[in-house]
Amino acid sequence: MSSVEEISNSVAEDLEEDGVEEENTVEEAEMEYEEPVKGGYIFYRDRKEWADLEPVPQDDGPNPVVKIAYSEKFTDVFDMFRALLQNDEKSERAFALTTEAIDLNAANYTVWHYRRVLLQALDKDLREEMKYITAIIEDQPKNYQVWHHRRMVVEWLNDPSEELQFVAEILSQDAKNYHAWQHRQWVMQEYKLWDGELEYVEELLEEDVRNNSAWNQRHFVINHTSGYSDSSILDREVQYTLKQIKKAPHNESAWNYLNGILQDGGLSSFPGLLEQVTELQDTCSSPYLTAFLVDLYEDALETNSSSYDQQEMFNKALELCKFLAEEKDTIRREYWNYVSRSLQNTYGSGDPVSASSDPPPPPSSSQLPDMEPSDP
Amino acid sequence: LLLDEHADYIAAYGSKKDDYEYTLSEYLRMSGIYWGLTVMDLMGQLSRMNREEIIEFIKSCQHDCGGISASTGHDPHLLYTLSAVQILSLYDSINVIDVDKVVDYVKGLQQEDGSFAGDKWGEIDTRFSFCAVATLSLLGKLDVINMDKAVEFVLSCMNFDGGFGCRPGSESHAGQIYCCTGFLSITGQLHQVNADLLGWWLCERQLPSGGLNGRPEKLPDVCYSWWVLAALKIIGRIHWIDKAKLRNFILACQDEETGGFADRPGDMVDPFHTLFGVAGLSLLGDEQIKPVNPVFCMPEDVLQRIGLQPDFTAHFVCLPINQTHLIQLISSLKETPGPEMGVRKGRHTKCAVLGGAQDQG
Repeated sequence: MSSVEEISNSVAEDLEEDGVEEENTVEEAEMEYEEPVKGGYIFYRDRKEWADLEPVPQDDGPNPVVKIAYSEKFTDVFDMFRALLQNDEKSERAFALTTEAIDLNAANYTVWHYRRVLLQALDKDLREEMKYITAIIEDQPKNYQVWHHRRMVVEWLNDPSEELQFVAEILSQDAKNYHAWQHRQWVMQEYKLWDGELEYVEELLEEDVRNNSAWNQRHFVINHTSGYSDSSILDREVQYTLKQIKKAPHNESAWNYLNGILQDGGLSSFPGLLEQVTELQDTCSSPYLTAFLVDLYEDALETNSSSYDQQEMFNKALELCKFLAEEKDTIRREYWNYVSRSLQNTYGSGDPVSASSDPPPPPSSSQLPDMEPSDP
Repeated sequence: LLLDEHADYIAAYGSKKDDYEYTLSEYLRMSGIYWGLTVMDLMGQLSRMNREEIIEFIKSCQHDCGGISASTGHDPHLLYTLSAVQILSLYDSINVIDVDKVVDYVKGLQQEDGSFAGDKWGEIDTRFSFCAVATLSLLGKLDVINMDKAVEFVLSCMNFDGGFGCRPGSESHAGQIYCCTGFLSITGQLHQVNADLLGWWLCERQLPSGGLNGRPEKLPDVCYSWWVLAALKIIGRIHWIDKAKLRNFILACQDEETGGFADRPGDMVDPFHTLFGVAGLSLLGDEQIKPVNPVFCMPEDVLQRIGLQPDFTAHFVCLPINQTHLIQLISSLKETPGPEMGVRKGRHTKCAVLGGAQDQG
């Protein structure tokens, strides 16, 4: 759905920047009136070298409304841009105009397309282009078009040598920038640049242990290099994660990561994990820890593990679900009640479940609908 | 809930062609129109918008390749192709454009690995997988793509936390999750989602303020009230959100003076957040607003008219398919335990909807 585009960010940023620019333009226009040539900005429609082109005004449809307050510079540049497009002109002046157009509205994807066509048609210096792209991204790091443009140019150059450092620089300003991370992942996969990434991720987690993107990247790197099947790797990761949890117990990402890497093997199968997590309860309690314990108990029940007293697992799991629903995580009480019912229906002794309009889910219920009590 | 103010805001927005923000957002105009029309229709105010002007505008945006651009003089793109098809569906005027060419355009964007590019420049993103199947589904032409490969690609974007990102390995993000669950609903593959795990990740987006964020440790934003909520609805877990608290958050994002919704309380409003605020409230059950379809973000009655009703639990599929395939599908479904299976034909030729006992019509 087109609405998923980060429009809010880019429009908001544009408004911040161009609001200021609009004031400047008005001043320039006034200067222009007094001093047509000296020192002032000259509109494209007044420039001799552009005299051969007829500017194409914006067509807002069959019933144009009276236009009042377009920024004059904006209109001037884009009218001229439309003229170039119509004539399919491939020239240096066209290229220069795309720079101006991008400066006014870097989210206009048609301008970027045209610029790429020109880069190739005019055989422009792509390294110069990379410098330009870097500047734009520094200024507008959440713009989809410029990141995609960068990727295209890197591909044309077939040279990723600056990319990891560049992305690191952008991430140093906003360590969760989704576009930056996509670009980084693409570069690493495409050019097989895995060395040093785990160390980089650790640095980021030192700075902010709650950086979900960094945790995701950790998983990405290990997945594509050593994998998790080696028990020494898995052990290392579990211990690393528990260590981070001790530093900052209320950390959704760390707990998600721990859960994620243990999915395949099973939470209750990892030796000593229950003890380690239970130990953390006094000093590092959080709803996430409690939720993790519920998951662990449930896994013990599901695998019918002989290492655990099944009845104890069952009772403790229900107790924690109730604790979470009623005290620790009340905003998600519906979820905790669901887990509780699932457990009771699957592993219970057959005693009646507490009053609920939900039908009991069959075993391995995770795929089936959880009936909404309020549905007709 | 200030519905009149919101309707006034949207109705006026379309006419302020001199407005600087409006000019600046020309590159997404088709989506802007879709946001405005949809929220007006949800509020029962569609008649205030200029239908003829918009239809003419859309006609002028279809290119030779079949794809549709955000505005005249812009290049075609899958995002705006979907928006255009959604608008024309709202207006029941799909045939003003060359439908076959749209279908060709969408089909041509599928890559070998099953993914979809957004346009000829090749950016790959699960958003585009969603746009592709949503467009084709509205046109009754899902069968033209390589479905297996398309599904395979989207599933390869499923992460260790049960969520989805834009490409394989990308961080789980509520917007991408909405696109992927929507995709899987349309293609009848919801059973491949771990609904409990994903439902948990999604309900974890709710912060103490009641608002929803898009990924862990980020700020809440009204648009996530749509993406998270719609995804939860699709996988049958919407009640895992504290509805009252979310409703309060959404309402706090209204601007009493100007009308419209902002991303969070106190910020500037825009049509994008206005649609998702109202659509979110609809999903939460507000009776002053028309029911909204969580897959397409369009009024349910529009989809009923077309004959499309993807349902939001693992038992329900929505596929436009041919007769032979339909017969095979019914017999294989009869083996599956679940609510009683029935078949209902929509007005859309070759489109059948298989549903359970809870279906309305």
